[in-house]
Amino acid sequence: MTNKARRSLHEPAVISTAQLAQFFAGLSESGYRIIGPTVRDDVIILDEIAGPTDLPVGWTDRQDAAAYHLERMPNSALFGYVVGPQSWKKYLYPPRLELWQAARNKRAFELKQKQPEPPKLAFVGVRPCELAAIEILDRVLTGGEFSDEYYRRQRENTFIIAVNCTEPGGTCFCASMGTGPRARHGYDIVLTEVVDDSGHRLLVDTGSEAGLSAMSKLTAERASNEIQSRADELLSRAAGRMGRSLDTADLRELLYRNIENVYWDRVGKRCLTCANCTLVCPTCFCFATEDTTDLEAHRARRERRWDSCFTMDFSYIHGGSVRPSAKSRYRQWLTHKLAAWHDQFGSSGCVGCGRCITWCPVGIDITEEVCAIREHDPAQATVTEESNI
Amino acid sequence: MAGLPEKDLVDTGGISGMIAPRPFVIRRIERDTADTFTLRLKSGSDRNGLHFEPGQFNMLYVFGVGEVPLSISGDPAKPQFLVHTTRVVGPVTGALHRLKTGDMVGIRGPFGKGWPVDEAEGNDIVVIAGGIGLAPLRPALYHLLAHRKKYGRIVLLYGARTPADILYRRELEKWRARFDLEVEVTVDRGDESWWGNVGVVTTLVPRSPFDPLNAVALICGPEVMMRFAVMALRKKGMNIDDIYVSMERNMKCGVGLCGHCQFGPKFVCKNGPVFSYETLKNLFNKREI
Ligand SMILES: Cc1cc2nc3c(=O)[nH]c(=O)nc-3n(C[C@H](O)[C@H](O)[C@H](O)COP(=O)(O)OP(=O)(O)OC[C@H]3O[C@@H](n4cnc5c(N)ncnc54)[C@H](O)[C@@H]3O)c2cc1C
Ligand code: SF4
Ligand code: SF4
Ligand code: FES
Repeated sequence: MTNKARRSLHEPAVISTAQLAQFFAGLSESGYRIIGPTVRDDVIILDEIAGPTDLPVGWTDRQDAAAYHLERMPNSALFGYVVGPQSWKKYLYPPRLELWQAARNKRAFELKQKQPEPPKLAFVGVRPCELAAIEILDRVLTGGEFSDEYYRRQRENTFIIAVNCTEPGGTCFCASMGTGPRARHGYDIVLTEVVDDSGHRLLVDTGSEAGLSAMSKLTAERASNEIQSRADELLSRAAGRMGRSLDTADLRELLYRNIENVYWDRVGKRCLTCANCTLVCPTCFCFATEDTTDLEAHRARRERRWDSCFTMDFSYIHGGSVRPSAKSRYRQWLTHKLAAWHDQFGSSGCVGCGRCITWCPVGIDITEEVCAIREHDPAQATVTEESNI
Repeated sequence: MAGLPEKDLVDTGGISGMIAPRPFVIRRIERDTADTFTLRLKSGSDRNGLHFEPGQFNMLYVFGVGEVPLSISGDPAKPQFLVHTTRVVGPVTGALHRLKTGDMVGIRGPFGKGWPVDEAEGNDIVVIAGGIGLAPLRPALYHLLAHRKKYGRIVLLYGARTPADILYRRELEKWRARFDLEVEVTVDRGDESWWGNVGVVTTLVPRSPFDPLNAVALICGPEVMMRFAVMALRKKGMNIDDIYVSMERNMKCGVGLCGHCQFGPKFVCKNGPVFSYETLKNLFNKREI
């Protein structure tokens, strides 16, 4: 666009990678720290980046159950990979957070609170499944009677640059969960990267006023029909190339009626209760609190830290853990994600990002476990028997 | 940014997912039994005390040691005194036991949904308690007796391990002398001074004088005891939606955010701890939920 007429929301534009660098610089000038994917120790993690060159340029990831490695691509795509072990909850919901300190004064004590002001963060490369995960956390942490203040303030201080997925990964199943591969809402701007004979272009869609005003600093070209249909084509192809899929029909009821299915014993024998799945999951929100004092017991503090339903302590009450067996803990996790979450927060707790499959050291696959329960569902068995008659 | 649910935020004291513990001072300590004691606390900051509903609980913080969920065991009509009855079982309850009159504790609460004392008006009431389970039921009993005319027959069935473990002994004796309240106490193991019932509390249900079709049952105790109590009440003809139980799960926040207290789709801290048995029936008899 040559004239600087004000754009409106969802008016598609095209920018180059150089303009993306400008865009980042603009955000930095407005006080945002840019957080994005970057390669560290052969894994794509999330960290502060200086510009697009810090992104995993020309890298892609190969993922499968208990398997992850990076590979070179024939081009220099900025976003040719999917999600790594970390998710944005690392920033929105820090692994450790001090809640308050207390100082003793004779027999009384006084509470002091100095929670840090959450920084202004610009998230780069947020995938559609991760936008869905953030929307879920919004409901869990700020949608009820009590709300997580740090999370709420960090969310208000966050600018989101989403990226649509044209190259789904080996453990992805967002298409089954209705969360991807195209972002529908929850972003300030969203990019679709198109690398082909016509060059390296980024199709931009703005989703918020903040996105619009950040974009207004660039002289972006209006998107042609050609690139728009090219992007559409890439995204519909991506939807058909997911590494995994999950049949969600009747899933909540299926799991509720199979609480005592003997099949849980099989997965219970494989699960190490290591808690990896809960730590990598972008929606797992459980925390524990830790109360500590200094040596003289004059000062005390409370911290909260991520916790996992896979530990024994998690459900400990006087007399012992409520869920001593691995089977019961795996069942709790899966049933919470895919069934109880609907009752509690009005949606599934799983967005199909595949992390729990990739990072499980023994390759337990949530989609396979659901299939197995489905196959061993006694109710289903009767239905098929009847229909055979 | 985009998409945060809009709502009126409750004052969370600015603390993530928590409200800040408020100071309370211990005014009186009663040693109920060898391992159980009752604290009478007064708010250090609020003259009006802590209004609560029978069956609600607080998170009680002992400086530097930790925080535990404890049901309120006092009289809801006297909120200026906060009363907690605690059995010593571990580090936090042990540290609480070592505190003296004049010491301070932190209180967050009251939390949760309590006993359905209003909905139960017009009915007979059967209160079944096991061990320390009498503590969360005492506020309900105070309420029932304060509004005695609104209820039919009221029965209290209480089981303790031994005669020495009987909680609130003086109060139970006073209640037993009333004509408008039926009190039955049983112990698992008697001693030479014991002339009363011996056996688990559920054995008292069959001959208890209430009308099963017009009664509401309030039960609190170990999960196995509650399971048998429900069976005994069902056998007597009670409807499952007239039976209420108070659940116990690990709790870290008390406000539905830490995830620890989940029982199937329910958060015990905010959907309970008191539940109608009807809402739990699909999970209550299953193991390791
Ligand atoms: C809603 C509710 C009401 C309760 N009311 C009473 C009461 O009125 N009187 C009473 O004596 N006890 C009550 N309890 C049980 C009491 O909370 C536990 O006995 C207490 O947490 C034990 O902590 P501890 O550190 O002394 O011992 P430990 O058993 O060693 O506990 C270690 C840690 O595990 C956790 N934990 C252990 N047991 C429980 C438990 N049962 N529930 C939740 N978390 C636990 C706590 O975080 C505790 O700090 C109640 C529990 C719940 C859930
Ligand atoms: S359960 Fe697994 S696939 Fe689903 S959102 Fe969590 S980590 Fe991703
Ligand atoms: S399912 Fe896998 S990742 Fe999750 S606790 Fe079990 S072994 Fe660990
Ligand atoms: S105690 Fe934290 S969610 Fe219930």
